[in-house]
Amino acid sequence: MTALNFAIPGGIGAILAGLMFALLKGDRKSAVDMVVHVFLAVVMAIFIAFLAAKAIENPGGFTEILVGGLLSGVLYSLVALGFVLIFKASGVFNYAQGAMVLVAGLALVRSLDFLTAKGVATIAAVPLAILFSGAVMALCAFVIEKWVLRPLLNQDGLTLFMSTIGATFVLEGLAQMIFGSGVYPLKLFPTDPMILLENVFPGGILVNKLDVWGGVIAGVLVATLAAFFQYTKTGRALRAVADDHAAAQSVGIPISWIWFIVWLVAGIVALVAATVWGTKLGVQFSITFLALKALPVLIIGGFTSVPGAIAGGLIVGAGEKLAELYLGEIIGGGIEYWFAYVLALAVLLVRPQGLFGEKIIERI
Amino acid sequence: MLYRETGQFKTSYTADMGIFPLRQDRNALLVLLAFAFVGVPLLAHFHIWPFGSEYLLRAILLPFLILSLAAIGVNILIGFCGQISLGSGAFMAVGAYMAYKFGTGMPEIGLPALPVLVSILLGGVCSALVGILFGIPSLRIKGLYLAVATLAAQFFFDWVFLRVAWFTNYAPSGSVSAPELSFFGWVVNEPVERYLLCLMFVTVFALIAKNLVRGNIGRQWMAIRDMDIAAELMGIRPFIAKLSAFAVSSFIVGVAGALWAFVYLGAWEPLAFSIDRSLQLLFMVIIGGLGSILGSFLGAGFILIVPIMLNLIPSELGVPLSTETISHLEFIIFGSLICFLLIKEPHGFARLVTLMKEKLRLWPFPY
Repeated sequence: MTALNFAIPGGIGAILAGLMFALLKGDRKSAVDMVVHVFLAVVMAIFIAFLAAKAIENPGGFTEILVGGLLSGVLYSLVALGFVLIFKASGVFNYAQGAMVLVAGLALVRSLDFLTAKGVATIAAVPLAILFSGAVMALCAFVIEKWVLRPLLNQDGLTLFMSTIGATFVLEGLAQMIFGSGVYPLKLFPTDPMILLENVFPGGILVNKLDVWGGVIAGVLVATLAAFFQYTKTGRALRAVADDHAAAQSVGIPISWIWFIVWLVAGIVALVAATVWGTKLGVQFSITFLALKALPVLIIGGFTSVPGAIAGGLIVGAGEKLAELYLGEIIGGGIEYWFAYVLALAVLLVRPQGLFGEKIIERI
Repeated sequence: MLYRETGQFKTSYTADMGIFPLRQDRNALLVLLAFAFVGVPLLAHFHIWPFGSEYLLRAILLPFLILSLAAIGVNILIGFCGQISLGSGAFMAVGAYMAYKFGTGMPEIGLPALPVLVSILLGGVCSALVGILFGIPSLRIKGLYLAVATLAAQFFFDWVFLRVAWFTNYAPSGSVSAPELSFFGWVVNEPVERYLLCLMFVTVFALIAKNLVRGNIGRQWMAIRDMDIAAELMGIRPFIAKLSAFAVSSFIVGVAGALWAFVYLGAWEPLAFSIDRSLQLLFMVIIGGLGSILGSFLGAGFILIVPIMLNLIPSELGVPLSTETISHLEFIIFGSLICFLLIKEPHGFARLVTLMKEKLRLWPFPY
């Protein structure tokens, strides 16, 4: 049995390694590249074989972790989506996305508290609070577009990136000064655990209802965004601007209006992320670190791809949890902290544009 | 009228290639160095304003010097070679912890405790090696993608120094303290001595850095920065150029990290070298001016002093504000100032200095 336990995953691993090598072969340029690719293919194959061995050993536990990881990965995707939207439309690498989640969350939870304290029924208070925080995000989008981005038009990416870090400081300071800087619990979704697939695995698998909600919300959000980009006039204009600023401008698309819209949409994505993350962790300052968690997701999925953000989130979420459990016992706990980044580094070495990004073409 | 090259004739190639072609610049630099090396210690010795208390030396000048050194290192990588790195904090940490390991000895491999100077430099060498390792992705990826990739170094080393007890000599609290700072019998203890020590390091490394970026290798870096494909076609090897920039930059940053830990902090934990430090260094080189050694100093001074001023102003004016509000206000003002400066002068303070010199040359008859 033990021999079989290792033979099957070993076989799978070898086939996978071969496949990966074959896949990468077309893209290969030099001997160094080849060594890197073979090394990465072998490492990944070993990792997958190792996971397969664990999965055969305890299918229920493995699935539980995998599903938990995938669902928490969706929550990373929610933050990453905001980055992708802004990067696609304006080429700005928006460090402030995490701060925007904080602003949205604080506005939401504080206005909700305020309304409930005034005696407004929850059913009316929630939409009102959401409207209010949506308005706050619109204000943020307007101010950032007008006072930070427009004067910096045509600067290089690094300068724009630094200016969004500046904006991050301002947003964090202002939001905490206006709305307070404590930890505010948010109760919009149920957070109790539930048991799924009881008839497939003995004892079923345990997942948190909030994570399931997060998955559903992310699905709805992506569908809405896709529809918005595909079927509305503004959406078409957004795609045009993402393709080529100058060309879009020359056919009469008002570019600063479009950028405002993009930041607004990113703000609303941040609001959605804030509802889920706020329920999970409570709305507090540390929520801004989500921005740093979302970066490897972006790298893996590609800076310019909405489906990539989702796929990247799933890969990071699942990989992180599995690595923490199975690798963590070998090399020490807490590797969740950097595992996503190392994974992203490995992906970059093979595909510099990420899994779903547009191919980077350079000319002289 | 006062600042122009009229009448200053170059009679040798050496003079023609000088770092500061103008006599006025040379004199100004000499005065500045003399003041830094002799004037400041004298003022501090006799407790003359503003060196009456040790505060200025200990809390402003010392971190200013060390962070300027780190900013020079970062500037070599970002400003001269165009490889954006967000992992500078990690390279500082590697320098600090490896210098600590060398300074306290490694009995496992039979290495005795080395002298402080040697361990600081060896810390820099280790940092350079790590820099080369994490610089390898730069051969394939560029720009902001690379920036995010270097974050991997930041998070990985944060974790390593927190979790791997070997680096902290199995200290239960995870915090370590520097060995005695003794240089050839000179024991550095007083703030003035610490200041002088850092000043020497900064002077030497600034001179080395300035000469490196003027020389062959520096020109290769700049060619890579301006357009790497074109540089490659001209016969510059990107492999050598990019990795050497990573090595030199990480070496300087690592030495700065070791100084930061040994001379400024004395006792430290991994939090001293977090992502915030990396961002702070990035701000310094951008606000100071990319591709300028002088800019590194200006940026370091600005980024270091503004938060301190913002912190002091309300209490000096007697405005009754809670510490929390002050810290939030600090965030807001600092952030807006960054945005303002980036909008008004995207090329940083160094550019302002250049413009000022141009103006000064024509003054007072700008026709």
